Amino acid sequence: MKNLALGFLCLLLISSAGFTQKFITKTGHIKFFSESPMEKIEAHNHQVKAGLDVSTGDMQFIVLMKSFEFAKALMQEHFNENYVESDKFPNATFTGKVTNIKDVNTAKNGVYEALVEGKLTIHGISQQVKEKGSIEVTDGKINAKARFNILLSNYNIKIPGAVSNNISKSVEITVEMILDKLN
Amino acid sequence: MKKRIQPVLIFSLLLLSLSIYAQDDMTNLLNQDTKPVIDYTSATFKATRVIVGQSCENPPTGNLIFLFSHHFGALNTGYENLFGLKQAQVRLGLEYGATTWLGFGVGLNTLQNTWDGFLKFKVLRQSKGARKMPFTLTIFGSTSIYTTKWSDPNRKNYFSSRMSYATQVILARKFGQRFSLQIAPTYVHVNLVPTPDDHNNIFSIGAGARFKISQRVAINAEYYYLIPGQIKSIPATSALSLGVDIETGGHVFQIFLTNANGENMESIVTQTTGKWQNGDIFLGFNISRIFTVVKPKEFR
Repeated sequence: MKNLALGFLCLLLISSAGFTQKFITKTGHIKFFSESPMEKIEAHNHQVKAGLDVSTGDMQFIVLMKSFEFAKALMQEHFNENYVESDKFPNATFTGKVTNIKDVNTAKNGVYEALVEGKLTIHGISQQVKEKGSIEVTDGKINAKARFNILLSNYNIKIPGAVSNNISKSVEITVEMILDKLN
Repeated sequence: MKKRIQPVLIFSLLLLSLSIYAQDDMTNLLNQDTKPVIDYTSATFKATRVIVGQSCENPPTGNLIFLFSHHFGALNTGYENLFGLKQAQVRLGLEYGATTWLGFGVGLNTLQNTWDGFLKFKVLRQSKGARKMPFTLTIFGSTSIYTTKWSDPNRKNYFSSRMSYATQVILARKFGQRFSLQIAPTYVHVNLVPTPDDHNNIFSIGAGARFKISQRVAINAEYYYLIPGQIKSIPATSALSLGVDIETGGHVFQIFLTNANGENMESIVTQTTGKWQNGDIFLGFNISRIFTVVKPKEFR
């Protein structure tokens, strides 16, 4: 009986160890961009934490809002103080899945389409999203890319009337990150 | 019996822990070994001035601020003078943020054709996270030189007689999201004073507060308490200012009422003679426009 239990335990440990094929980064890049007739707004964040478990497709992002850098200091201050309220909501997160992860072979170099689905949380508001991206495998590393648009109003980010001509209601998000395999 | 339960128990415990592990696994993985970051407080005050006096804020690094300050005449001058609208006291200023801790600027004041130049050092920055600092400490130093004609050109006049200096230690704290407060002990040295009864070294205690009423509008109050008995030749008094900050994208608009006629630190402390109770109040505004001179790395 004891041996059986031990055997189970070992099997379980082995299987869980064999199953976890996680790729992570802590220096992922997210850019956001919006253009209106009056003003172009662009910001970069190079400290995005992201993880992908290729055995399950589980995917996660943690984005520290204060790490976004803008061309204009005043814009950055407004972004944090007035729009995303970084003190109240320090992170934006994504928790979801690459639904077609089975099509991705991390042992073979190549570019694969990735269908991503999950919960995107910005400014304390969660929305279910479904976007397309790509996964490029290069020598055991994953280069994940995606470009999509979000509507600020979906995340309760208000644009006051006085500057509504300067700020576009929709923002383009570009994700680009190289994930390393976790040993 | 005991022997049979134990393995099952262990097994189910293991399963349970594994399932919990799987959910939080990624989050923990991403959060482990990340150094906590220093979270600096931003916008303790919205502008580099609370109202007429300096705030603890420096111009953002690599940014040039053009600051136009304007005071009308006194409200109590009556309709004949359109309640002060016919007069103006102006300061044109430029200031620049060289680093996160060093700012400097120059200004030209119409009051006695005074030029002023200043340095502003941010010594401590309020922060939380990896470094906890309860307040911001800024040291301000300025020199003012008035350039109007000598009142008595026949006697021997020295250039140094035109100069005066101000030093301030500005201690500020932002309490939550809406309220900020600063205390600024101020020392002014005037090289040449009108009479022997006037002190050359003058002390004042400044205080400023900001209360944010909406995302873009804040109410400010500022007081420079002149310690009595230092200035005898003119009825110098403390300076009280009340104002509103309105943010509009690239600029901050400040509109206020004050009894301080001057717009440089030296004259705010030593040459404020108007009294609120007598209606010696000036309507004024500051308009600032910010220009990014050195862009952050990413955008070069």
